[in-house]
Amino acid sequence: MKAFSYKRFMTLLRKEWLQITQRKKRRNLKAFSFKRFGALLRKEWLQIIRDPITLRFIIALPMMQLFLFGYAVNTDPKNLPAGVLSVNHSKYERSLLAALKNTGYYDIAVLSSEAEAECALARGELLFVISIPPDFDRSVDRGEAPAILIDADASDPIAVANATAALPALSAALDRDLPPIRQAQAPAQAFQIIVHARYNPERLTVLNVVPGLIVIVLIFSTLFVTALSMTRERERGTLENLLAMPVRPIEVMLAKVVPYIAVGYLQVVLILIAATLVFQLPVRGSVLLLLMALGLFIAGNLALGITISILSANQMQAVQFVQFTFLPQIFLSGFMFPFKGMPAWAQWVGEIFPTTHAIRIVRGLLLKGNDFPDIVPEIWPLALFTLAAMAIATWFYRETLD
Amino acid sequence: MMNLVIDVHGLKKSFGARRVVDGLDLQVKAGEICGFLGANGSGKTTTIRMLCGLLLPDGGSGTCLGHDIMREAVLIRREAGYMTQTFSYYEDLTVSENLDLVANVYQMPDPRESVTGIMDRMGLTSRAGQLTGELSGGWKQRLALAACVLHGPKLLLLDEPTAGVDAKARRDFWDLIHDMAGEGLTVLVSTHYMDEAERCNRIVYLANGRIVVQGRAYEVSSRSGIIIFEAAGSDLDAAARQLRRTKGIEAAAVFGHALRVAGTERTALEKAIRSSEYAALSWHETEPRLEDVFIHMLSAKRDEA
Repeated sequence: MKAFSYKRFMTLLRKEWLQITQRKKRRNLKAFSFKRFGALLRKEWLQIIRDPITLRFIIALPMMQLFLFGYAVNTDPKNLPAGVLSVNHSKYERSLLAALKNTGYYDIAVLSSEAEAECALARGELLFVISIPPDFDRSVDRGEAPAILIDADASDPIAVANATAALPALSAALDRDLPPIRQAQAPAQAFQIIVHARYNPERLTVLNVVPGLIVIVLIFSTLFVTALSMTRERERGTLENLLAMPVRPIEVMLAKVVPYIAVGYLQVVLILIAATLVFQLPVRGSVLLLLMALGLFIAGNLALGITISILSANQMQAVQFVQFTFLPQIFLSGFMFPFKGMPAWAQWVGEIFPTTHAIRIVRGLLLKGNDFPDIVPEIWPLALFTLAAMAIATWFYRETLD
Repeated sequence: MMNLVIDVHGLKKSFGARRVVDGLDLQVKAGEICGFLGANGSGKTTTIRMLCGLLLPDGGSGTCLGHDIMREAVLIRREAGYMTQTFSYYEDLTVSENLDLVANVYQMPDPRESVTGIMDRMGLTSRAGQLTGELSGGWKQRLALAACVLHGPKLLLLDEPTAGVDAKARRDFWDLIHDMAGEGLTVLVSTHYMDEAERCNRIVYLANGRIVVQGRAYEVSSRSGIIIFEAAGSDLDAAARQLRRTKGIEAAAVFGHALRVAGTERTALEKAIRSSEYAALSWHETEPRLEDVFIHMLSAKRDEA
């Protein structure tokens, strides 16, 4: 036998070729069939159109989000609430305030006392407090360049960033009002503006984001899981048995909720530890108060989750429902974008969700050192939401399969 | 009338435009095993669900265990045991965990004790720690029965309890049912199996949400007016195919070595089988079985629809 036969080689080569092409042919046949695909597509389509609610969600949700967030999200918020503290209202002060208003960033109200200013700033009702020194007019006329102090709530640095950036342009605001002698002199600063970045002096975005994240993460461990709880019973067929047993609605609902309260608290503690150690997050208020307020927030989310679960016919619908409530909670709560920058209607929508209030509470307690009276305005909407969600859940809970 | 465990009149239930139960009257005496029969979709499951308060009837009245079915569903649930058609215990729980749940939901005075007791009686002790999802059909069924008799109900509602279970397991299951009926338990059980129907004290046949026939198994078959002829011979399958298309023959089926034909009119039936085509077969008349009766009723229902 020859060491190499061209003929044998060609025969083997041909065999290999045939095997390759044949394998390819066979694989083609198995890998895809338009007929089978068509049949499957039809089945999927039928399933989709027989679940009109999910279909409506699929179509309507992106549209709603587009409009909702497209209009509501504003990283350059205007007309931010500001308060003025001054002893004697004067001519220069009026010009200055008019100039502040003309920047478009400030919506100015007059304050009566320092205590009022401090309180409004702590509660987030005001983002700026403008303190005008006594005898402002005379000091300006004398060329003393008096200092105007602006306290800015830097717990949300994005919200106040552009408004403070517009301040240096104000230095010429009084130039036309100055007495002729001063106008003739070489241009000098008539007054100074000093900005205090309160609560977050270094304007660290992380101090703004982390308290919000505590709240957002809690939504995942509470709302998402409970929203699937009842629908899972329904889909696995275990609901029929559950209903045939002598159980009361509130028992079933509470049993589904309680484990997640524990899970939620565990998460809060872990996040707080991580946030203080890793992000150097200050804890200026009472931790006990924080835990109590977050307990209410967890309860609100669980109540919402159970309600969604009861209202949905299957898990798919429940997931859609959750998305529907989750995205506005992220975008309209002040977590991602400045709350005060949104139009009034978006703020109203934001006020409904527990997340909005929880974020304010957490920021207030951690960064501003808020006390109980400061967070009361955020506590009652949370409680109201929880009660309303529970009422809806109980109303729609069916003890029969009807 | 005190010994009627179920006593309902004119039960009605519709789902959308479809009337599933349409004026059903049902009486079941204490200690009776009542078999519930009928085609798929005839309203058996819906009726059972209405009896245990899982569905609210659209119309009708009556009592179950002495409680009003319209208003006292919660009380009925406490005293009745309901075994669902599809297995509905938690597959991610073990056998004993599922039973513990049931025992505690029914507020048994000593849950631990009653769970060990029922596992012992049903032979579940060896499977106590096994995840329910890993059990075979027969074991799941046994667990489901154990769970629904655990709280000592006075009435057992069983919805096709033996579907998909082997013959031995079915036999064991029915022995247990008879044992418990002997202890005074009332049982309403729906089934598609004729041998099971024959083990009931009384059978109730449903069609289109109404009771068509009821009585003891032998009464139902003798009163049916069905005439059955059996033939032995060769090439029975071809003959059966031919006969099915012949006038006067309602059903023709081959069972092993015998061809069985059924009809309601004797002359037409006899004329058909005396035809020269079937001269090679030897015919004789026989008693109708329950199965013949139900096939007759099922096909009669289909003709109507």
